[in-house]
Amino acid sequence: MNLFGAGFAWILAPRHWVTTAEGSGIGDALVHHLFLTAVSVLITVVIAGPLGLYIGHTGRFRRVAIGASNAARALPTLGLLSALILLLGIGDVPPVVVLVVLGIPPLLAGAYAGLESLDRQTIDAARAVGMTEFQILRKVEIPLAAPLLLGGLRAAALQIVATVALASVFGLQSLGTFIIDGLAQADYVKMTAGAILVAALALLLDGVLAVVQRLVGPRGVSRGTDRHRTTARDGKKPVALTQDAH
Amino acid sequence: MIEFRSVTKQYADGTRAVSEFSAVIPSRKTTVFVGSSGCGKTTLLRMINRMVDPTEGVIEIDGHDIAATEPVALRRSIGYVMQNSGLLPHRRVIDNIATVLLLTRVPKAEAHARALELLDTVGLDRALANRYPGELSGGQQQRVGVARGLAANPNILLMDEPFGAVDPIVRTDLQAETIRLQRELDKTIVFVTHDIDEAFLLGDQVIILEKGATIAQQGSPEEILANPASDFVASFIGADRGKRRLTVSADVPARGDDVLLIDAGGYAAGVISAPGGKLASGSASPKSRSVSNKTSQAGDA
Ligand SMILES: Nc1ncnc2c1ncn2[C@@H]1O[C@H](COP(=O)(O)OP(=O)(O)OP(=O)(O)O)[C@@H](O)[C@H]1O
Ligand SMILES: [Mg+2]
Repeated sequence: MNLFGAGFAWILAPRHWVTTAEGSGIGDALVHHLFLTAVSVLITVVIAGPLGLYIGHTGRFRRVAIGASNAARALPTLGLLSALILLLGIGDVPPVVVLVVLGIPPLLAGAYAGLESLDRQTIDAARAVGMTEFQILRKVEIPLAAPLLLGGLRAAALQIVATVALASVFGLQSLGTFIIDGLAQADYVKMTAGAILVAALALLLDGVLAVVQRLVGPRGVSRGTDRHRTTARDGKKPVALTQDAH
Repeated sequence: MIEFRSVTKQYADGTRAVSEFSAVIPSRKTTVFVGSSGCGKTTLLRMINRMVDPTEGVIEIDGHDIAATEPVALRRSIGYVMQNSGLLPHRRVIDNIATVLLLTRVPKAEAHARALELLDTVGLDRALANRYPGELSGGQQQRVGVARGLAANPNILLMDEPFGAVDPIVRTDLQAETIRLQRELDKTIVFVTHDIDEAFLLGDQVIILEKGATIAQQGSPEEILANPASDFVASFIGADRGKRRLTVSADVPARGDDVLLIDAGGYAAGVISAPGGKLASGSASPKSRSVSNKTSQAGDA
């Protein structure tokens, strides 16, 4: 049997799903992996969501955001994690901080790129009929940009779910545990199984979010009969607008 | 009544779009700003609902300085129709029309009922209510835009080249509808166009603008046609090319009581009825416009 097949067989063996004296079971590892993912994604959304919408709506601080995002992307994940663990001790906080730092740039980019891609005339019209800035955001910009906003979330979630495995380098439970333990014990089947589990989880999450992304697409646009070209999907550059009062 | 007093608008980049503009826009009439591209028409119009704030000068509606009115409230009280309809693509026609009503917390059922009535008002089939804007023709979208502008029953309706993007036949239709609506609903309409024929057709008052929104001439279509104030105006209205100076055609025999009229270029311009070889005369009181016999009262704009 090749390594890949052996890895699958390892995963399907019920005894590997429960935690024993020998090590973590898949069940517990999966739960903690998902826990770290969920908490990190949530915090990322809470921080980067409003920030990205603000930047996208006002066009302010865009360059600062791009600069900060690039800097965050350049940070060595493992190095940052080690530093935080030395600083804060072992626990869930250091990996969550690292994951949030990792998740913010794609989410932020999705949010402001999503809003910027909208037809300026539509926004202008919404303002002209008497919507407040917040109403424009909530009733026009967010619904129309929803697919791109979700796209940012999807990218962030994918980054995070795949990187959680790294926490296991420092003994924290996750699907990465099997990779790290497998390596230490020279158990390459276990290691392969761990890799398969991480990849499968990432694909599954991405697939679910892809479906959600389709569902949130605004009705009325992207039907081929669209004369306004207001969706972000057709990638039209926004036209200049003649207004200056907010 | 809307009054501009020495209004200047200089954009952040230094463009002086409007320079010392002063004019009075009477209530319950149609005033048309007409001029070539970039002369500041849109800027003038958008200063009325504070989509643009003047750099200098004062704009008053019924004697109240609009600078003191909160922009959102002001915009909700003024209808605005734009060239590209500006409809929200993700909302059905009925919700687009009801937008302002829903913003001002009119109950949904009531707002929708009103939106359906407005479909009738602008001559659209109620069956279109549940369509999305992308599923309408350009002309239908413009009608929906007009219906939305009328939804909150505003006294003032701003229209910025609303029929610029539709074909000539549909445009003629929409112009006729605008005239009808103005007559029936008695709104103060401020209309922007670069088409002088449209300006003369719709306007009780026409304001011809040059660059920087400098007034070249202001008056009724009759006054302007009869007495162009300058060469610029003469050229703008086509008088210099003889487009407006008509003579009876010598070649084409009259059919019935009609005789053919040609312009100075020799092109057929229309027919005129001449029973028994005599030209009929009439007074200049176009049925299309609600003019003169209505007095403009303070406080009704
Ligand atoms: N937001 C803006 N920032 C800078 N300049 C502007 C802005 N809006 C308009 N302008 C400039 O102000 C001048 C008047 O513009 P405006 O849109 O009022 O003209 P217009 O008469 O409506 O033209 P058109 O017939 O082409 O619509 C133009 O030179 C234009 O380039
Ligand atoms: Mg304009």
